[in-house]
Amino acid sequence: METPVSSMVWVVSGSFIGSFGSVLLKAGAIRLERNWASLLLNWRLALGIVTYLLSSLFFVRGVANGELSLLYPLVAVGYVWTMFWARIFFGEPLTRMKFLALFVILAGVAMIGAGTMPKR
Amino acid sequence: MTTPRPLVSHPILDRISERQRSLILVSLATILGAIAQILMKKGADPSIQGMIPTIIRIFTNLYLFSGYALYGVFAVLMVLALRKGQLSLLYPVIALTFVWVAILSVFFLHETLSPMRIAGIATVVFGVGLIGFGDKTPATKAEDQ
Repeated sequence: METPVSSMVWVVSGSFIGSFGSVLLKAGAIRLERNWASLLLNWRLALGIVTYLLSSLFFVRGVANGELSLLYPLVAVGYVWTMFWARIFFGEPLTRMKFLALFVILAGVAMIGAGTMPKR
Repeated sequence: MTTPRPLVSHPILDRISERQRSLILVSLATILGAIAQILMKKGADPSIQGMIPTIIRIFTNLYLFSGYALYGVFAVLMVLALRKGQLSLLYPVIALTFVWVAILSVFFLHETLSPMRIAGIATVVFGVGLIGFGDKTPATKAEDQ
């Protein structure tokens, strides 16, 4: 089975949207208190869940065509975005190790992509 | 900050440390998460485009519905495991999901793994694991003790 580039774009786009979902869930979670109102009236948490569901629709659209063993690892690109958002929105340090992790993830994704290029 | 009360109590469970419990919980969760991905792939229909038809299909296709349901269980297990906040320790375990998905893709979706793809997946797993070590600030190191 061939995996079209459009499927890869859908999955990577989904992981990009999902990384905002993580930010919103975290922003909502740190505002949680021990009462129902803080859970039910938490617009950040609600928007985070909606964002996650939206990203999953992109994912489903993407995996409809192509191989899962190729497309699923692309989700890891989302972790790269999340690292940057964590730095911007929560001031979490971008350590040298995280930068290394970022490059290793992208290298792995590039290898998976290169391994599927049609032979000429 | 108060320590969250364990949800399940049992003499055998009590001998396992909170950290080990988190690790076991996350390991189980990654398997469920991987199964969810396989189910979602099985349920995804290439002929269906557009957001509303996809949402309708989630509720009408058993594969897609159970995939989403399982993903919900996965999310709840993750939240429970992460209550202790040792994300640094758990990232390498979360990375296992990529391994399970690759293995399950071969068995249930009849996909073939080229050596290059196996090497790529292994590299991604290593990279995701590394994020955890990048999280080890002095504060979390003390927390891990």
